[in-house]
Amino acid sequence: MGLLSDPNRRKAITSLLTRLNTPICVVCYLAGIAWFMGLAFEPFTLRTYMSENAMGSTMVEERFPSGERALATAREFAAHKKKVGGMPVDWLVKTMRAQGLEVFTQSFSRNLPFPDESKERFVVRGTNVYGILRAPRAPRTEALVLSAPCSPGNSNNQAVGLLLGLAQYFRSQIYWAKDIIFLVNEHDLIGVQAWLEGYHHTNITENCRITSSLGRAGSIQAALSLELNSDVVTSLDLVLEGLNGQLPNLDLANLFHAFCQKLGILCTIQGKLQRSDWDTVEGYTHSAQTMLLMVLKQASGRPWGEHGLFLRYHIEAASIRGVNSFRQYKTDATSIGRLFEGMVRKLNNLLERLHQSYFFYLMPSLTRFVSIGYYMPAFGLLTTILLLRALDLWVHLGTPTPVTEDGVGEGESPSSPGLLSVLTPVVISHLTGVALYTLPVLSQEMAVEHFPVSETEAVVLTAIAIYTAGLALPHNTHRLISGEGTEQGWRVLKLVALLYLAVLLGCTALINFSLGFILAVTLVPAAACVTPHVPKALSAVAMVLLSPGCTILYCVFLFQELQEVPVSLAEGWMLFLSVISQGILDHALYGSLVYPLLALLVYPCWLLFWNILFWK
Amino acid sequence: MAKFLFVTICTVANLFAFLPVIHGNNFETKATQFFSSGHTNNWAVLVCTSRFWFNYRHVANVLSVYRSVKRLGIPDSHIVLMLADDMACNHRNPKPATVFSHKNMELNVYGDDVEVDYRGYEVTVENFLRVLTGRLPPSTPRSKRLLSDDRSNILIYLTGHGGNGFLKFQDSEEISNVELADAFEQMWQKRRYNELLFIIDTCQGASMYERFYSPNIMALASSQVGEDSLSHQPDLAIGVHLMDRYTFYLLEFLEDIHPASQANMNDLFKVCPKSQCVSTPGHRTDLFLRDPGSVLITDFFGSVRKVEITREAINLTNPTELPQDLTSLRNELKSEALFYVDQLPVADIIHQKPKQKDWHPPDGFILGLWSLILLVFFKTYGIKHLKHIF
Repeated sequence: MGLLSDPNRRKAITSLLTRLNTPICVVCYLAGIAWFMGLAFEPFTLRTYMSENAMGSTMVEERFPSGERALATAREFAAHKKKVGGMPVDWLVKTMRAQGLEVFTQSFSRNLPFPDESKERFVVRGTNVYGILRAPRAPRTEALVLSAPCSPGNSNNQAVGLLLGLAQYFRSQIYWAKDIIFLVNEHDLIGVQAWLEGYHHTNITENCRITSSLGRAGSIQAALSLELNSDVVTSLDLVLEGLNGQLPNLDLANLFHAFCQKLGILCTIQGKLQRSDWDTVEGYTHSAQTMLLMVLKQASGRPWGEHGLFLRYHIEAASIRGVNSFRQYKTDATSIGRLFEGMVRKLNNLLERLHQSYFFYLMPSLTRFVSIGYYMPAFGLLTTILLLRALDLWVHLGTPTPVTEDGVGEGESPSSPGLLSVLTPVVISHLTGVALYTLPVLSQEMAVEHFPVSETEAVVLTAIAIYTAGLALPHNTHRLISGEGTEQGWRVLKLVALLYLAVLLGCTALINFSLGFILAVTLVPAAACVTPHVPKALSAVAMVLLSPGCTILYCVFLFQELQEVPVSLAEGWMLFLSVISQGILDHALYGSLVYPLLALLVYPCWLLFWNILFWK
Repeated sequence: MAKFLFVTICTVANLFAFLPVIHGNNFETKATQFFSSGHTNNWAVLVCTSRFWFNYRHVANVLSVYRSVKRLGIPDSHIVLMLADDMACNHRNPKPATVFSHKNMELNVYGDDVEVDYRGYEVTVENFLRVLTGRLPPSTPRSKRLLSDDRSNILIYLTGHGGNGFLKFQDSEEISNVELADAFEQMWQKRRYNELLFIIDTCQGASMYERFYSPNIMALASSQVGEDSLSHQPDLAIGVHLMDRYTFYLLEFLEDIHPASQANMNDLFKVCPKSQCVSTPGHRTDLFLRDPGSVLITDFFGSVRKVEITREAINLTNPTELPQDLTSLRNELKSEALFYVDQLPVADIIHQKPKQKDWHPPDGFILGLWSLILLVFFKTYGIKHLKHIF
């Protein structure tokens, strides 16, 4: 007889499972958290190395000479920008044409679903200017992109100046095998999105009217984005996290680090400089902080630099930000120009897209990384808890309940609970999720009429209102259905909900590990422990504290702590509101998936457990 | 006294009389020596197997050897040059139409007179083996053929990326050392070479000559099995490594060779010791019939015509004396019957084992296993189940 079909053996195994379930779950949870925190410990990480043969170990001597001229161009750009009061399109076109590039402009306009807080605009209209440097001897099949944003005010002038300086220097070289596109975009991410959609003739987001681009340079192999606010910098910060938590190929980070080392420039990631004392507590906390910052940034699903939108088109891109802090040693524009020259020249040597190195990784520091094979077990341990609980419930559902008082008690067990009693909470929870997804944006006009709030606040507060209204659901659901509420009922519902949560978290972790892990850390204990028999008040409070909304709140506070800008409770709350509005806006503008995921899938799942808690 | 004087004059007169005769004998011996060395023409097959810009150094390697070989006298019609990629006209080359082999661009090994026979995607394992064995379609032009005969000395130079027992062609296929050894055996059986010098500059190059089994082959490699062949120097203006170490020092050595040089193979073996090359170059001479010390570099790298000016007339009607060992070998070869290798060695394929007539008891292991299984079965289920079996 088989192991599971033999009733004695089966009873032994299932009794083992039932007896040890809670201890194993606790051990798994602690092990998962410990594994994750241990990833930042340096002996458990690997040193980064260049995987692509074409970008091999030899480096050329960079000869970019004109940092000063680039800064002068930047000042001219700033003056013209102030004169025009926006983007000086004509001046840019004239300058780029004088340098010998093929210049094209693209105008775009976007309708925002509701005005964003910082800029209070409903419609965004702008122009992108881009110049293409044609490779002198190569066919026009591949391209590289260098982009700098045109920001209002006094920021990022030096970036545009350096871009134009590099364009002039690159124009006089003959060794380019790919076309180089120099892009100056207006309105930051909205401009980049419009440019990418026009370039690739795609239409990912609606409400976007763009004139399709006239000039094309082939398929883009890699992109670099500059952000420079000062004439001199003390360090360069690398930003990797992109839309929906997508990361560029690790080789791009290795390339950046290699050139920083060669030119003697300080380079940082997450704004933190690497420490060499990994065996002390401070060293470990420093790496853990860096890694947690990366996890939080990845989980938010926002593009943290202009490069973030390129990643969706399988273009490996990174943003490099110049930081001017209070250090003695300053790097001038010529060195930064040389860094970019070296990086672009190395990317020029590429024969195919970057694919040799890792696409899924976490970086506790710029020279150390953790690959997916090492960090996934942490998530796996957390999912095991859900599966163990589900198995336990399955076993309980399978065995008939022992006859306790009298023979009549047997009556309820053989009949499985009606499908309706399980399906109803599921349907109602998902309807609530749909309401959370659609209503805030749709009902903003109505809310503004009736309440003295701005549109953004209306959207956010409506979302929070619907979220809280969902908490009242169990009391109302039970009025709809009569004559249910069996012991089996909630068990079946919990089984379904556990499996649903496990699949949901698993799929999320595959795409965006950080988001999946953070959700798992808070949702798994709630899902595993909730039954109708635990003390209601205490567990209700606990459930609310572990709900997705509060998870976002904790993440906001944690993020501010890690960035060494701690906030008070009130400020934190305002930040939380702005995070929600930004999430909804990101979804509408760039197709970020975090908001729909949380509203349509995670929140209903959590509501199911809330329903189980209040099961009668 | 007078007697003594007479004897002296006689001796001196005799000396002067015999001198021309001795001189004449010297020329006779020299003339016989003329035809005693084996080869009458030289060929070279130079192959670069890697493509892509970062493999610039392999093309530079081959072109350096090509340059030396041409300088020492082998004409283009006797050189088969196979380059897998075009570095001189690569878009990334900041100095177009040049391939440099020295830092600071001292030496451009590309130029107007470089005749590439197999270029780009034509450099494949199949084409290489067809060139060696001569099995080319009738439409192949002469420049793409190795038209060697049994008096040709052939230099074969391979470079690229290799491993233990294989050499990579064009990032898509490999040639193994067994295939190469069989190709050389085909060449020997078809009498396509007199002597062969095989030089390979790849990682673990010594593994490529381990399997040779045809006579008259001498092999050199840049590194032993398990070692990597390293590249020499990067050029900061071009941005790639220009040469591999072994070929760099080989080129330096060859620059000192001129057509009349008497340097021999033992000097070649000393090129690039471990201190310069980091890897240990190896060589194999056991298949070679002559002593390496008596083999001149120019026997393989140059096309040296033996010219000696004389005013004497030499009688060539007498059959010349070949050296004893070569004669015996030739006789041996002529006497043994030539046959083709068995196409289908049936006896090897079908292993006919004689049927065992008498019964042998089964292996102890099988017995033990079965008894263990039976023991477990009976222990678990009790003896009473015995009746169900029997």
